[in-house]
Amino acid sequence: MGRYVVQRLGQMVPVVIGTTFLIYALVWALPGDPFAAKCGDRPCPQSYVERMSAAYNLDDPLPVQYVKYMGKLLTGDFGQTFSGVSVAGELLQRYPTTLKLTLLAIAVELVIGVAAGVLAGIRRGGFLDNLVLVSTLVLVSVPVFVIGLLAQVTFGVRLGWFPVTFDGTFFSLILPAVVLGSLSLAFVARLTRANLVENLRSDYVRTAIAKGLPRQRVVGVHTLRNSLIPVVTFVGADFGGLLGGAVVIEGIFNIPGVGDMIFRGINAHEGGTVTAAVTVLVLVFLIVNLLVDLLYAVLDPRIRHA
Amino acid sequence: MPVSRRTSVVLGAVALALTLGACGGGDDGAAADGGNTVTVRGCNPQSPFVPANTNEVCGGDVLDQIFSFLVRYNPEDGQPENEIAADISTEDSVTWTITLKDGWTFHDGTPVTSSSFVDAWNWAASGANATLNSYFFEPIAGYAEVQGEVDDEGNYIDGSAAAETMSGLAVVDDLTFTVTLSQPESQFPMRLGYTAFAPLPQSFFEDPEAFGQHPIGTGPFQFDSWEPNIDIRISAYEDYAGDVKPSIDGATYRIYENDDAAYNDLQADQLDIMPLLPTSALAGDTYKIDLGERFVSRPTGVLETMTFAPSAVDSTYDEAGIRQAISMAIDRPLIVDKIFSGARIPANGWVSPVVPGFQDGACGTYCTYDAAAAKTLFDDSGGYDGTITISYNSDSDHKAWVDAVCTSITNALDVPCLGRGVVDLATFRDQITAREMGGVFRTGWQMDYPSLENFLVPVFATGASANDGDYSNPDFDAAVKAAAANPDAEAAAAGYREAEQMLAADMPAIPLWNRVNIAGYSTHVENVQITIFQTVDLLTVRTTTG
Repeated sequence: MGRYVVQRLGQMVPVVIGTTFLIYALVWALPGDPFAAKCGDRPCPQSYVERMSAAYNLDDPLPVQYVKYMGKLLTGDFGQTFSGVSVAGELLQRYPTTLKLTLLAIAVELVIGVAAGVLAGIRRGGFLDNLVLVSTLVLVSVPVFVIGLLAQVTFGVRLGWFPVTFDGTFFSLILPAVVLGSLSLAFVARLTRANLVENLRSDYVRTAIAKGLPRQRVVGVHTLRNSLIPVVTFVGADFGGLLGGAVVIEGIFNIPGVGDMIFRGINAHEGGTVTAAVTVLVLVFLIVNLLVDLLYAVLDPRIRHA
Repeated sequence: MPVSRRTSVVLGAVALALTLGACGGGDDGAAADGGNTVTVRGCNPQSPFVPANTNEVCGGDVLDQIFSFLVRYNPEDGQPENEIAADISTEDSVTWTITLKDGWTFHDGTPVTSSSFVDAWNWAASGANATLNSYFFEPIAGYAEVQGEVDDEGNYIDGSAAAETMSGLAVVDDLTFTVTLSQPESQFPMRLGYTAFAPLPQSFFEDPEAFGQHPIGTGPFQFDSWEPNIDIRISAYEDYAGDVKPSIDGATYRIYENDDAAYNDLQADQLDIMPLLPTSALAGDTYKIDLGERFVSRPTGVLETMTFAPSAVDSTYDEAGIRQAISMAIDRPLIVDKIFSGARIPANGWVSPVVPGFQDGACGTYCTYDAAAAKTLFDDSGGYDGTITISYNSDSDHKAWVDAVCTSITNALDVPCLGRGVVDLATFRDQITAREMGGVFRTGWQMDYPSLENFLVPVFATGASANDGDYSNPDFDAAVKAAAANPDAEAAAAGYREAEQMLAADMPAIPLWNRVNIAGYSTHVENVQITIFQTVDLLTVRTTTG
């Protein structure tokens, strides 16, 4: 187990270097001078452009720029945005907000999704099953920004049950989290249902029933645990997707999160800012997936990491 | 029992997720509704709060509330009125003597003296500080000497400037200083209410970075806090020396990245003032349904134009008649009505109507839609076969009007016309600055200060910084120079108007429309006014509760 973890951590190094270089190169490869748009419809003063180009090593060849940038990053210097704001400070402010939103969304999708999947699975073909199938189909087919705007206008502006936009409180994150989790919720419900139905037919379940175990225990402990493995895999992968994909929801609800930072960084051609934000994103994603792999062994003792 | 232990791991993970989600929420940042304070839609300042480095609205809005200047632009008509200045006088439009009123203080209690201005302007102009607004000080004698040089890598060489301070600025006594310009400039006082000309306290020069995080001004409001991406808070300054004192206790600029999110908050009364409503709300006059009477509209100093590429890049439009014909072929009132729902005013000159001394109809018949006359003029000027392309940056709302303008041109002149989107503003401006952009392209001019000079000289004088079409007309240059040298303000203005009329004959850029600012407000506030700079006038706004 220990060796497995170390090995996985070692694999992360080339992944991180590769992704950061790609991101850095892609952002700087965008056409257009980053300082051409800083002064609206007129050119910026030459002294300003020269100072900024020097500060970001823009006159060096790309690999040299990247090495200089990563050198600073490794010593903990995340640099500044073009606006003169510390990138590290922005990251420290934005990541917790995005993490809160993401974890809340995952909680929503796990709790509601698994519950709906189990209810549908144990009464296969019944009314509940059909209800879950239809409602998840609706969730999957409507784009997330439509759901977001509808929820905002209905529950925020018209009914006034929730704050319309993020105001720094935990309460104002609930509505965006439900919207964000809604798409994955549908997948979780369907995955849970399908696996549960499948596993309920397997030999060990028949044995358990034959032994006279109560149905609640057969479904809740024997079957559901195994059935959750694909769900956990999905949620692990989804975690990264939610982190990055929150950009739409963050925009609608005005949440100052990472998605928004990356979006604006790309617009402003700020390679450094985007790379720093994405590096942290990649690290979080890799660690979560490691945890997911380790969780398999807990859910199903037959799986062992040598 | 091993089984339940494993189950509890899964449940524990879920519980952990919930707890993590729950922590840290709570008291931070709830908007200060109610009371005698207002919330205003704000955005992320693009740089720390240093007046010489702020050239955009997000930071500028706030700086204009916490600073008072030598002059203040009348919120009604844009006329400059003395504020900190007691008197600004000159005999020859070259040397200006400025005396200050006694009794003005910075928010840290230190008095405002002539050095507060002279030192601040010298700092802003110095090449070593590489400020965004340094070009505002170009007219002052000795500007070139403080610029200095940069090495091959673009780093500033310490001590390379010929002088530390501009020779044109001299302190006479605590309340008097003189400004000597390198050439006559009759409209010089018009500039002095712009952000870049703010006075700075001594503490700024000791630590500009700390100042940028917590600026100390002279204005009706003092800076309280800036939480990046969340809000900026200001409160009324008790010892403010100006004539009009604010009736509110303070304001919170809530930062939004997204116009529509802010607009939804406005509708739910969770935001008090939105100085500029989003396009989606303007479409079909939706805002009138949503807000009822709670909106104000006001023309602002933004003129939108289309510029012809320099002749050296694209000689297609060299004939002035062709350019005039294209201008006449654009049905401005129709497009303003259909596309902008009235948030623009058709332009008939190159100066915004908000500028004191503005002349109506400088463009003459060439800015009036007349399809038949346009076609005749077009054919008489040799016509043109090929496609007219109008370029714009597609990261902003330009496509709809460009397409409408094209349709109008095609219908009138029977020439194919095509809108060409360029991916973003950076790329678009880069192509224009590098003189790679051919055809016709959209341009705009947002005034720095309400003067005729500001709409003509930086845009159309030979070699001027924003002269994207490389327009060059010796007569025009001579006319604006003569107007600048004329010590009589009225006569100078007449000179600028004369110069403006020369543009009609050459049509280097087609005036399209002037922007109208439509602001909305909540039920918590009343008497909301918008300045000609598209900002909220916090001095006049009142709360309904306070």
